[in-house]
Amino acid sequence: MSTIVSLPDQSTAALPKRNYLNAEHGLLSWLLTGDHKRIAMLYLISITGFFFLGGAFAGLVRLELLTPAGDLLAADTYNKMFTMHGIVMIFLFLVPSVPATLGNFLIPIMIGARDLAFPKINLLSWYLYLIGGTFTLTALVLGGVDTGWTFTTPLSTHYLNTHVITTGLAIFVAGFSSIFTGLNFIVTIHRMRAPGMTWFRMPLFVWSNYAASILMVLGTPVLAIAIVLVVLERTIGLGVFDPAKGGDPLLFQHLFWFYSHPAVYIMILPGMGVISEVMANFSRKRVFGYTAVAFSSVAIAVFGFFVWAHHMFIMGVSNYSALVFSLLTMLVAVPSAIKIFNWSATLYKGSITFETPMLYAFGFIGLFTIGGLTGVFLGSLGMDIHLTETYFIVAHFHFVMVGGMLMAFLAGIHFWWPKMTGRMYPESLSKLAAVTTFIGFILTFFPQFILGYLGMPRRYHAYPADYQVLNVLSTAGATVLGVGYLLPILYLAWSLKYGEIAGPNPWQATGLEWQLQSPPLTENFTEIPYVDYEAYDFEWLAHKQKQEVTTVG
Amino acid sequence: MVVTQPGELQEEHEHEHVHLPQHRHHFETEEQQREAASFGMWLFLLTEIMFFGGLFMAYLLYRNWYNPAFVAASHTLSIKLGALNTAILITSGFCMAMAVWAAETRKRKALVNFLGLTNFFGIAFLVVKYFEYAEKWHDSHIPGLKFSIADFGKLGVDMAQKTQVYYSLYFAMTGMHALHMIIGIVLIFWYMVRANRGEFTEGYVAPIENFGLYWHFVDIVWIFLFPLLYLIDLGAK
Amino acid sequence: MGISPVLWQFLNKWLTSSALFPKEASTIAPYADALYFFLLAMTLVGVLIVGALVFGFSLRYRKERNPEATQIEGSTLLEATWTIIPLVIFLVTFVWGALLYFRIYNPPANSMNIYIVGKQWMWKAEHPGGQHEINTLHVPTGRPVQLTMISQDVFHSYSIPEFRVKREVIPGRYSTVWFNATEPGVYHLFCTQYCGTLHSGMIGTVTALSPDDYQKWTDASTSGMSLAQNGERLFASLGCNQCHTGAAGARGPNLAGLYGKKVQMEDGSTQLANEAFLRDTILNPSSHVPAGYKPIMPTYQGQISEEGLIDLVEYLKSLKTNYRVQQTLTTATSTEAAPTTPGMVKP
Repeated sequence: MSTIVSLPDQSTAALPKRNYLNAEHGLLSWLLTGDHKRIAMLYLISITGFFFLGGAFAGLVRLELLTPAGDLLAADTYNKMFTMHGIVMIFLFLVPSVPATLGNFLIPIMIGARDLAFPKINLLSWYLYLIGGTFTLTALVLGGVDTGWTFTTPLSTHYLNTHVITTGLAIFVAGFSSIFTGLNFIVTIHRMRAPGMTWFRMPLFVWSNYAASILMVLGTPVLAIAIVLVVLERTIGLGVFDPAKGGDPLLFQHLFWFYSHPAVYIMILPGMGVISEVMANFSRKRVFGYTAVAFSSVAIAVFGFFVWAHHMFIMGVSNYSALVFSLLTMLVAVPSAIKIFNWSATLYKGSITFETPMLYAFGFIGLFTIGGLTGVFLGSLGMDIHLTETYFIVAHFHFVMVGGMLMAFLAGIHFWWPKMTGRMYPESLSKLAAVTTFIGFILTFFPQFILGYLGMPRRYHAYPADYQVLNVLSTAGATVLGVGYLLPILYLAWSLKYGEIAGPNPWQATGLEWQLQSPPLTENFTEIPYVDYEAYDFEWLAHKQKQEVTTVG
Repeated sequence: MVVTQPGELQEEHEHEHVHLPQHRHHFETEEQQREAASFGMWLFLLTEIMFFGGLFMAYLLYRNWYNPAFVAASHTLSIKLGALNTAILITSGFCMAMAVWAAETRKRKALVNFLGLTNFFGIAFLVVKYFEYAEKWHDSHIPGLKFSIADFGKLGVDMAQKTQVYYSLYFAMTGMHALHMIIGIVLIFWYMVRANRGEFTEGYVAPIENFGLYWHFVDIVWIFLFPLLYLIDLGAK
Repeated sequence: MGISPVLWQFLNKWLTSSALFPKEASTIAPYADALYFFLLAMTLVGVLIVGALVFGFSLRYRKERNPEATQIEGSTLLEATWTIIPLVIFLVTFVWGALLYFRIYNPPANSMNIYIVGKQWMWKAEHPGGQHEINTLHVPTGRPVQLTMISQDVFHSYSIPEFRVKREVIPGRYSTVWFNATEPGVYHLFCTQYCGTLHSGMIGTVTALSPDDYQKWTDASTSGMSLAQNGERLFASLGCNQCHTGAAGARGPNLAGLYGKKVQMEDGSTQLANEAFLRDTILNPSSHVPAGYKPIMPTYQGQISEEGLIDLVEYLKSLKTNYRVQQTLTTATSTEAAPTTPGMVKP
């Protein structure tokens, strides 16, 4: 049953003699590179490292929660673990994950450009990211930080003696890394599209990264200033958020969530772009309602800016603003629903195959649907009162961020692995990994919805014994999930050397990137292409191949 | 439809026209490169607006809540020094505009001189700012480090305490502004060296133009800060 | 048998305590659960539709059965359908949720008031009758109870899952929540806002008692002085009565009957004299100068604890006449004659 799509004969394929990987040699040629593809690989390596670091923290958190008593870790150690888990996963993994790796690698190629507009700034982004990561590690080595990733004042400014300043600086610096990435993408997409590549010929992956970039560019600076004020409050004692001096801690909440709510769209939008590509390709069909999907990304970005106070419904925002923000929250849910239905409809009358990226994409659709709809629970004012700050919210955002985003990231990594490395990943092992991840995920996070409705608060080191059964299930699931994440790194590393040679277009996909050799040349295109076909035009591809056969033959 | 054949090896594509040494090869044309750079700069300024925007929001909120404290604290600033600094900064902005003009009209000497003048006024601004800060230190108006409400006897003690919020914002806003000035000044020194080598007077003016945008942005921030911080309730005095 | 004791224990636990929903123990709980079930149904239907589409199409249009894909651009009608239907459902959710929100956060007028002070890492409860509790709360069933809460340090959050209520407890500002317990019992009390090292230790119990039992508990645990009585002492010892004599022409405004009124301010605004107003005026008098008075009141910031402020607020709420204010004064200065008939005093 599982045939790979009808490929041109690959047994004779060989890796191209010249490509971006072997264009230059030596460590310095990587560390000083301006090539967006090499920078993408640098990012891929570093975010993978941080992902497993953050995963280790999560493992310890889950182990501690195996029993109701706080017996494995001390209370403050536990607090440091979930704080570091949040900070590492959000700022050092999820935010840069798809944009900085796949986006960096693919956006210039997809729109027919030789590189991003500002290659040096792109490299600078990576270094800023590394500096941010180093600061985080420094804070960890020096003894950690236990503010929670939300840095709630006055707890973070006056009541904790951990390394808040170091971590704050880490986030500040990493924030600039993502500002520069977003800026680079926007300029590139506006100014560097190849002739004929109109806005509505762009792949949806580019659209969704564009929307995410807008959020990065406009949202991140507000987080930066909020963090600066927290640091100034800790170091010299300014009083912008300090109630003792007349400041208002709620202002910090507003500034923080003004970034951190859009940040969840920064994380999920690029993932949605991956899903569009994968769904179209493996059903051999143009994405159903291309324009609707494209505009829904932009709509999410726009509405995403006006819903931040839904994190504060029980904090004493006025009734009127609660109403407005709840209403806007309901509106921002609609574009996501549109996307889900469009992806489902893309399958209609397709010719569907089930390679690993497609399995991950199916996983995404299932988990994201649950994650998105449970978001409606939380956006609904009265329900939010009972559910917020419990495990329900933990389950909700893990369904979206891990079930959604991480599934999408893995779908994308598998989908473009042949393009990035020139070699195929092992198909059956990767299918096993996809299924393991899905099962492990459901087992880990589904019980947490029930725990949340029962009232178990988040960030609890110890909990009443009546919640134990569900917590044991969750920890068991986390073990399975861990295996599901370890598998890909093993077989992907293996495939670098032993994987089958992929050839230029193993998926018979239509994107510009697939019309190049794998791995591509450093300059991507020897000559800038003229684009005269729509995105996902499989008829164009078939026609083109027929022509090639006739001309060659 | 022209799509590169995979694996095809070609030598570096030859451009037919003569181009600037600064032209980067991932851009098709110099025009494209220049547009991209300027577009990028505008976007960056947008992020800067959001950065300062957070502070301005905080200012508006607290000024509304603690109006008497803000008025009283604002009167401890020297309007003379503030006005002097405004004039200095506008002059510096003018010099920067002249520097851009010099680059565009390919006058190397004039460019270096105008950049130098811009920098001179930028540094003068910081010197004045230093004296203002020193005065704050002397008067114990620095929340957290050295603060006393002795100067605000007319307000109730509780409202006098709220001047700390004003000073917190004063230092955060002018401090962030000064930080941007310092970054700008360092960059100007670097640009002066490069301008002296004639890099920007052979048609490649984008860096000077874009830096000019940055410098004017920093000026404009001050144009907002000056009335908001110094001139609160001027008429009622 | 072959089953290991650990597994057996686990199964046993699973079967005996596999609650999927917390007990409904307040009048609000059924309303919250109704919305919850509606939302669950919505989720279930949504997942089923998407699942049916994905699985159905995957079976029907897999490559083996449909080797050639048919290219379809899209359909405006379908797009409109799946924009409008979710939108309508979400809007229903919005309205329903908003109604529930106002039900939970707008207390009925006749509710009894209990004060909660949160600090790292304990909950203090102050009953009007002077009963103090730490990490417990005793409430009667069948009677609306309003909690007026404040934090001494960082953000906390007062959560009683069985009642489906929760509210953030904020430093320097009163927040309120109310409930009407229906079933006697002992329920979880959690701090749900992360508040530092022993966050998970900031838990306790809420005990709902039948009215009779509650009466017994109240009688048994009283400290002898009600909050208002404590407040009266404080009012005198801080010298508040020196200015707030209640007499015409006094330096401070008359406070009797102030609670619940709208006050005209010197700056032209009007402010409602609720608990938050009373507390904030004691701490930040300069921000609350009533029309016709000079801003001469000193601040009491740092001089009164949150509990003391609660006592004062309760006292001011209970203050209907100035008789006792002036009585305490006359014993000291005797500049004004005490009225002969209590209750007849003009405010």
